[in-house]
Amino acid sequence: MEWVVAEAKAVVIGAGPAGLRAAEALVRGGLRPVLIDEAERPGGQIYRQPPAGAARAAAQLYGFEAKKAVALHAILPRLADAIDYRPRTLVWNVFGNRLDTLGPEGQGGLAFERLIIASGAMDRVLPFPGWTLPGVFTLGGAQIALKAQGVAIGRRVALVGAGPLLPLVAHQYARAGATIAAVLDVTPLAAKVANAPGMTADAATFAKGLWYTLQNAIAGLTLRFGVRAIRAEGERRVVGLAWRDAAGRAHRVDCDAIGASFGLRSETQLADLAGCAFAFDAVTHQWIPQRDAAGRSSVPGVYLAGDGAGVGGADVAELQGERAALALMQDLRLPIDTGRATTLDRRLARQARFRRALEAAWPYPGHLVDAIADDEIICRCEGVTAATLRATARERDAQEMNRLKAFTRIGMGRCQGRVCGHAAAELLARTLGKDVAAVGRLRGNPPIKPIPVGGLP
Amino acid sequence: MTERLDVDVAIIGGGIAACAAAVALREANLTVAVLEKRLCGAGASGVNFGGVRQQGRHLAELPLARRARALWDDLNRILGEDVEFEASGHIKLARSEAGMAELERYAQDARGYGLELTLMGANAVRDALPWLGPRVVGASLAPEDGHANPRVVGPAYARLARHRGAIIREFSPVRRAVATGAGFETEADGVSVKSRWLVNAAGAGAGAVASWFGERAPVAPLTPNMLVTEPLPYFVSRSIGVVGGDIYLRQIHRGNVIFGGGHGWGDAERGLARPATDVSLGAMVRAVDIVPALKGAQVIRSWSGMDGQMPDHIPVIGASSTTARLIHAFGFSGHGFQLGPAIGLIIAELITAGASTSPIAPFAIARFKDWVDGGDAGQPVQMD
Amino acid sequence: MIDAAPNGGLFHRLAPRDGATIAFTIDGAPAQARAGDLLLTAILLNRVALRRFEFGDAARAGFCLMGACQDCWVMLADGRRVRACTTLLEPGMAVVIDGVGRG
Repeated sequence: MEWVVAEAKAVVIGAGPAGLRAAEALVRGGLRPVLIDEAERPGGQIYRQPPAGAARAAAQLYGFEAKKAVALHAILPRLADAIDYRPRTLVWNVFGNRLDTLGPEGQGGLAFERLIIASGAMDRVLPFPGWTLPGVFTLGGAQIALKAQGVAIGRRVALVGAGPLLPLVAHQYARAGATIAAVLDVTPLAAKVANAPGMTADAATFAKGLWYTLQNAIAGLTLRFGVRAIRAEGERRVVGLAWRDAAGRAHRVDCDAIGASFGLRSETQLADLAGCAFAFDAVTHQWIPQRDAAGRSSVPGVYLAGDGAGVGGADVAELQGERAALALMQDLRLPIDTGRATTLDRRLARQARFRRALEAAWPYPGHLVDAIADDEIICRCEGVTAATLRATARERDAQEMNRLKAFTRIGMGRCQGRVCGHAAAELLARTLGKDVAAVGRLRGNPPIKPIPVGGLP
Repeated sequence: MTERLDVDVAIIGGGIAACAAAVALREANLTVAVLEKRLCGAGASGVNFGGVRQQGRHLAELPLARRARALWDDLNRILGEDVEFEASGHIKLARSEAGMAELERYAQDARGYGLELTLMGANAVRDALPWLGPRVVGASLAPEDGHANPRVVGPAYARLARHRGAIIREFSPVRRAVATGAGFETEADGVSVKSRWLVNAAGAGAGAVASWFGERAPVAPLTPNMLVTEPLPYFVSRSIGVVGGDIYLRQIHRGNVIFGGGHGWGDAERGLARPATDVSLGAMVRAVDIVPALKGAQVIRSWSGMDGQMPDHIPVIGASSTTARLIHAFGFSGHGFQLGPAIGLIIAELITAGASTSPIAPFAIARFKDWVDGGDAGQPVQMD
Repeated sequence: MIDAAPNGGLFHRLAPRDGATIAFTIDGAPAQARAGDLLLTAILLNRVALRRFEFGDAARAGFCLMGACQDCWVMLADGRRVRACTTLLEPGMAVVIDGVGRG
């Protein structure tokens, strides 16, 4: 079968803050980029737009970030034909200079000269008892339900997290009129206090975070820090949430839904298939594709921007998107505004300081991994338990993640390791007495998301 | 710091045949070292379709396949783990009258080797397998054939070999091997092995190894292009193949359907392989053609890997034609998985008894003595 | 104990929605949602789960809501399989969830 593949000079994958700013900068530089995005409308996740029919005012949806959201959403309408925009299109493979896409019309291919991957992030998941029950969603999922659909995930919602997303979602739910059973942070309050000075490197964001927390307290929400041993109660669906406080005392609340996840995790499948070199980041416990300060990956012609190559947040994503576009144009020997590049670099360096403080304020909750019991489901798609993982590691000589996958099926399900890969690596490392970096990472295979055997979506 | 080993038998390659040989050699009380360039069983042994199939083989392979088939029934007990072997039956479909004639001819020939096949007309096939697509005019059923999980068999054999005292060295690619007066010296990364005997089970790299001993073996890379679906309700009760070999399909009880056909992309030098998109999309079209109910199912993963194929699509097995105590076992051309357990025994027999009880003359390396490149090299392999 | 939602679902509408009501079916039974609802929302406004887990006696109700976890694939009566959190509800959609999610 002959596949005719069109060729484009510059392609951007992802229409979140990084991808939108990248496309905009490329247009400014005189290029007509292709911008490919899975969703119906641009904005990514943090600036996700509700479908037509579920629209609400920007201030309601995005709060303090309304202005940023509106500005980003205005980019595509403003640039219109200057961008070859392809929504509802999944890039499911990268090989050499070729992308494989699945859009509303079916399968297609696109060759590129230069590629910016702005694939974003998803929640970082750690299993806990009951985490697969109907009614348990990620914290990000709880936020999306509200933002994109105007619904709460339940009538009485408990929220659990290990990052700044927690006070934000709690605030958003409370303001929207949801009933909140509890807001539980599995990291210590002391870490936030200790790192507050560092977080003033981005004073505005820091102030907003404080404001959310204060609002939550004023609203009378049950806020707890240093929470451990969380457990979703219920047989066929969530009916409550139990936990232990830092002193070990047991608590519980009634609830019918839980939004729980612990930080964010970069979506790196396309960078992997593109052949980018990865390095292990000890702070976030994740393998991240390497990039230089301007966003160049280890593969000539491939650039990385936004949360997809290390979580930095939406503001950083915008800066990185624009900066990667400048690097791309520079590499094409097109003139760029070097002053602007310098400004971006400076702002990014400043953001990096803030980011380090943020990561320290919500340190990696290793105690949740330590608490994983043998009967806990680790791979949600295939139903594989911690007991199987541990026994396999010990008895069948699985020294690294791909062997573990071959022997246990962990990572072989529909999500291809997105949800379970992180926890599985932590558990494997602990079982073998190794550093997490030493057990490696799951090798990517196309398609990065399911595609229909029958060809049409 | 190079580890130095001195053993009776050094084996280059750590796939199923190599590790099965190591087990058998240990049983004969010979010392063995296996040198595997990556992880045991992760090469061709681990990336193939998983068919445990006698039907459709070149007739010369049938005695070996019959011998292997007997071992498969006992493999869980031998290996101490579940290799998920299921004798689901293998049904080979004809999509034309000419194809049916081919099946009839083969069934007649195979009977002479003790392989009983059941020929079925269009109605019988449709009654037995109502979910098959409309283009089927007939089929040949091998009721004892089936499938297993290729990802676990090789590693299980390696574990057993280690348990029995074989020295297994992974991430130890062999860089050179030479014949000395007393035997062989083989050098791999981090380990150097002196041995009396040497086994070349180096898969896609075996041609290079053969050339070190002045032997011609035109091994070409073969990269199977495989796909797997999400779990679906179980209904594909037989392992499916077609005359022409352009699509093969099986479903495991957990529900995933594994299918393939055609070749992916490969770089033999670097040992890299990737599925090829146009090949994958073509296989998807043919899968729906054969099993229309797959239309709504989702493919969740695809892969490829590096196997070695010979121009006549049957392996090289047997003693070297130039060098004493060098044994070859490679070039399984995309269908070595089912044979593996028997090949291990044959390799061991050649060492311990000087000959095999199985008829391996057709697989002699000498048949390529005068081979000139540029012959069949570009032709696609028929997965009969 | 929480009172069961009046329509028997997990989700709970907070924002008023103007747009048309959309009629669809779940396992053949009539259900309703609104224009702009994703299929996942539509199902979970009416049920507490949206698919049967293949490898155990359990049901699932989605997880990430952003097309990443792949835990919300459902079957439509016409044989199509769709990811509920990235598929908009269309009038007359007939989703088959095999009886899960009741109360």
